[in-house]
This record gives sequence, C-alpha cells and structure tokens, in this order.
Amino acid sequence: MVTGFPIKIFVPRDSTALSLGADSTAKAIQAEADKRGIEIELVRNGSRGLFWLEPFVEVATSQGRVAFAPVQPKDVSGLFDADFLNNLTSNAKAHPLNLGFTEEISWLKKQQRLTFARSGITNPVCLDDYIAHDGYKGLKNALKMTSAEIVKAVTESGLRGRGGAAFPTGIKWNTVLGAIGEQKYIVCNADEGDSGTYSDRMIMEDDPFVLIEGMTIAGIAVGANQGYIYLRSEYPHALKTLNEAIAKAEQAGYLGHHICGSGHAFNLEVRRAAGAYICGEETSLLESLEGKRGQVRFKPPLPAIEGLFGKPTVVNNVISLATIPIILDKGAAYYQNYGMGRSRGTLPIQLAGNIKQTGLVELAFGATLRELLYDFGGGSATGRPIRAVQVGGPLGAFLPESQFDTPLDYEEFSKIWAVLGHGGIVAFDDSVDMSKMARYAFEFCAIESCGKCTPCRIGSTRGAEVIDRIIANKGNAKEHDKQVQLVRDLSDTMINGSLCALGGMTPYPVLSAINHFGEDFGIESAKKAAA
Amino acid sequence: MVADLTTQEKLDMASKIDAHIAKHQHMPGALLPILHAIQDDIGWVPEACYLPISKALALSIAEVHGVVTFYHHFHTHPVGKHVLQICRAESCQAMGSEKLETNVKAALGIDYHETTQDGAVTLLPVYCLGNCACSPNVMLGDDVYGRMTADKVAAIVAEARAT
Repeated sequence: MVTGFPIKIFVPRDSTALSLGADSTAKAIQAEADKRGIEIELVRNGSRGLFWLEPFVEVATSQGRVAFAPVQPKDVSGLFDADFLNNLTSNAKAHPLNLGFTEEISWLKKQQRLTFARSGITNPVCLDDYIAHDGYKGLKNALKMTSAEIVKAVTESGLRGRGGAAFPTGIKWNTVLGAIGEQKYIVCNADEGDSGTYSDRMIMEDDPFVLIEGMTIAGIAVGANQGYIYLRSEYPHALKTLNEAIAKAEQAGYLGHHICGSGHAFNLEVRRAAGAYICGEETSLLESLEGKRGQVRFKPPLPAIEGLFGKPTVVNNVISLATIPIILDKGAAYYQNYGMGRSRGTLPIQLAGNIKQTGLVELAFGATLRELLYDFGGGSATGRPIRAVQVGGPLGAFLPESQFDTPLDYEEFSKIWAVLGHGGIVAFDDSVDMSKMARYAFEFCAIESCGKCTPCRIGSTRGAEVIDRIIANKGNAKEHDKQVQLVRDLSDTMINGSLCALGGMTPYPVLSAINHFGEDFGIESAKKAAA
Repeated sequence: MVADLTTQEKLDMASKIDAHIAKHQHMPGALLPILHAIQDDIGWVPEACYLPISKALALSIAEVHGVVTFYHHFHTHPVGKHVLQICRAESCQAMGSEKLETNVKAALGIDYHETTQDGAVTLLPVYCLGNCACSPNVMLGDDVYGRMTADKVAAIVAEARAT
C-alpha cells in the first residue's frame, strides 16, 4: 500500500479543532514520523464539522480517506505502532480510534452538503485545491451572464437570507441592481454573535474562497466594485485565514481590476468589528463600518438604496453569500430542488450546548428538531433528558419537548412563535432553570442594546427587574400574577415599539420560557397543566 | 496608571499613536481601524489618542470618546499581560459556564473587568466565541479553549504566566 509518495495526513486548522488541541496533535504526528524516519505530508485542512470528534485526523488511501478520531498527542505513538499510515491493514483497522472511511461515517453521509461541500476536504488557503474541487465554476458562469440573469438565477434558487431574517436574497440584489449610483457596495455580515452558531466562522476558516467567490459574483451582479467583510473581533483565526485567501485571490486575478481578465473590477477588504452584538443588525453594522457608534438606523431608506456611506449596498450574511457559487455553478433549479414550502435549499444547522454529538449538519429544510437532537445529536451530553431547546440564537424562542417534531422551515417555526434564525440549536438538560434563562435574555439585551430606542434600552433593564420580582414572589399569588402580567405588557411594548430585532425579539425567549416552562416561574396553572 | 508614565514613555506612546493615525486615516470609515491598531500595539486605547484622532478625522473629541466606549472590545484602561475571557452565552451556560465563572474568579481572586495584582491576567466576560460545539469555552489572548473546567483554565493561565 505504501507508495513512493509521502502519505498525506490531515489535521484540521479550524478553531474548534485548535481549541481541543489540534496543533499539539499535528506536532506530535510530525515528530513521531520524523523519529521513525517516515516521510509524511501533513495537511492542515478545514474541519468536516464533526466537532465532538476533534481533533479529527484523516489518512489518505487509494480508496479514500480513513478517519482516526479524536486523536490526542498521547495517542500518536500507538497509532504509528498500529501502522495507521498503512491503514488498510488489520492492525490499523482494529485500532479503537479508527472510524473507517470518512465518507462512510453515517453522521456525515446523511447530510446534504452544498454550501459546505469542501469543508474539511481542502486546505482552506490553497487556491489550487479550491479550484480542483469545483471552486470558481460559479464565477466563470456568472462572467458569461448579464447582471439581470445572475440576479434572476439567485431569485429563482429561492435562497433567503441565512443571517436570520430570511429575506429573499435575489429581491435584495434586484433592488441594488436597479438603484441609481456609480458607487455600490457588497457588505458581508460576518458579525456572527448568536450563541450556538459557528457556521459563518467555519466558512471563513475552512473554505474562505467560497465566500470570496460569492461576494465577487454579487459585485458583478449588482455593479459593485468594492466589498467589505465585517468580521467580529472574537474570530482572530478567521481574520488571518480570510486575509491570506484574499491575498491569494488577488495574486491570481480573482480579485482586483480585471476579474479573470474581464472588464469587471472587485476589491475586497476585511474590517474588524469590536465586540458589539448589535452590529450584526445590518444598519448598525453599516454605521460601524463608517466608523461610528453602532446605532441602528431608521428604515426607510433601505440599505439597498442608501447603505454604506449613503450608497446602494447589498448586506448579506456569510452563508447566503457562500451559497451563491453553487447556485451559479449548478443552476437555480438544482438548489431550489432541496427544501420544503417556501424554504428552499439547505440550512447549515449547528448543534450546540448540551448535545453529545455536536457539529455542523447541513440538510435540506424539512428535517425535524427531534431528528437533529437525537439522530444526529445523540441526545444530551450529560445523559439527562433534553428539556428545552433554543433555536436561532439569544433572540430565539425556547422550545419544549412537545414541539420537537416541528420541521425546520421558516414558516413552520413562525407558526409556533419561534424562529430558525441562523440555524443554531442550543440544548439544555433538565437541570436548567428557565426563569434564569428568561432573566438572562433581558440582561443580554440590556448589555447589548445600542440605546437608540426606549423600549429596548429601558425595557430590557426593567424586564430583568420584573423577572426578579416574579421569582421573589412565588409564594404571593396576587403579586406574582401582577408581575407576570407586567412582563407580558412590557414584552408587547418591546415587540411593537422597538426599532430593530434586538428589542423586538428579546420577548421571544422570555415569553416562550414563561409559556412553556411556567413551573420554573412558580406559575400555578402551568404546574397543574404539567401534572 | 497613565500618570505613572515617564515623560519619555508618554512621548513614545504619542508617536506610536501618530503613526497608526497616519497609516489608516485615509481609509473610508477609518476610526475603527485606527482604534484597533492602537489597541493591538499598546494593549488599550488611552485617552491621549482622542485629540490627535479627532483632528485627523475632523471629529469632535466627544465623538471619538463615544465610539471608543460604545464597543466592548476597546479597553479604556490598561489591561494585564494576558486577557482571559469566559463565555457567558447560552450554549456555555447549558454546559455549566456559571460554575466555571465562579471557580475561575475565585482561583484568580478577581471579578470581571479586574486585573490580578501581579498584572498578569485581566478577566472579562464574552458573549459567544463561536466554539459552541465544545462548551464551555474561554479565550486567552487569541486562542480559544474548549470543554473547559476550572482546573484546565488554571493550567492554561499558569502556562501563560510562565512565558
């Protein structure tokens, strides 16, 4: 089996892999190979997204990659002893960390990887690798199309904004295309602040060229020659990876004055955010990019008409933009064919919190929460029952077990007064105190409020105080009822009176916690209903 | 702490600030890039930079102050040699971050936004590090550490202190 070429070993460079010691594992593998005089080629690939198994090491064979995971430095000499490089031997097959061919791992095999087709397969900063795995095919097609044709393809694909608002991407692009102005901008919202989400970070660290390609296509489509990626400051690894990839794309003529020798120009720059959750809201993001406090703007005017520096601007989430290349490569119908109802294509779902098998699951819309939590997630990490699940970040509703059969679809979630948001799923076991979670929702809103509108700025602080009084008055039915009514009234004001989703959606986690987990707030009727 | 600086140190700081302003001031929306450059270099954003920035960007000092203090990332006071951030967001809460916070605070003998007496570690809260698949998480400098316990954090901090 061992050929004349050094055997390729893959150790991910994704920050989750690094957070579990992938660098040490990579060093140990190289050192052990050197010690034994074995020539290897160590590739630092992106992550496959099986995060519960990081560091996820793969060895190339003539029949595909074989996975060994999780590999800690202490496991390395044992792997060499078992001849893991020659991993079709019985010794290597018998090794407890051997998971077989990566592509055959059911957790991965059951997925529909479109946006994440390359994640974990390629070296994220190798342009040749990107191109060898279908990269830049979408752009090549786009260069042969008119602006209107590109926008039409995006519209027909049914792609909706993956940041959370789910606004049809093609319609947004069409507005910018039709807006009058010599200077237009493409802004990528990479201020991924929702707890339980990491798909944006994965794209940027594990397949950055797909985002660059998507933004370039967007620029060509609407006539924008400048793009900005507004990246949260908590992602230093993504910053380095993006900058390295952008430099390579520039050198190869995929960015710059003549994209692939065409008459189209597109330049791209990464701008660091500075730790304000509110800057994930598009108008506040634009203020921040302009060098101001990240305060929300009134709409209208829409950013598509008057956006960055007052110019027509496309503001899209990382995943929306990273999905553009496959749509332009394989066609709108191919993408549109996945999904259910008005939710077309796939959603990269992120399993987080108290889940045993956490990681990235990209699936067509329509799978149920239960399938995600149990079939993919394997239940809770602690082994206790999953009691509550928050979908869609800190502004998403908490769902009880009775709602676990809801399909992941924008409209189905909206029917149960919940949101899919950016596709993050955070599970809690039965040790959770939902009154604390409701209080935290208000507290978070108070910390992150931009302060522009009163319902959010004041309401969040008053809300936390009311929750405290609800908890303190569990024994005093009259006062308790009064405080519960007060939090409902306050929520009503916040939902209807806030300028943006921060104040407008903080009541989602709060009221869903009260409605579904009333026993944690001492609500008697809820107790009876549960009995 | 600024008052403790010698005249020479103040001059050095001023010249660094001027260099960062000169390098970035012509970018569109230059204020955040300038502030990042200053903090990356000096470790925090001293008030001494407000006046030169305001002049370079034609802003008022109040506007510069307003921006610096809006963003959690910018430190308006000197921080320790290492910045340790503990994630307080939902995913980490689901995996016991509250206990982790309490134990780390006790071990370091400081609360959030404080620095250990030896000036080694400043402790800050953070809301999501994008490592929610391996909660609870902390970040030391630019590195994220997953599946943390108070003991593991202590080991990381001890290692950082030794370097």
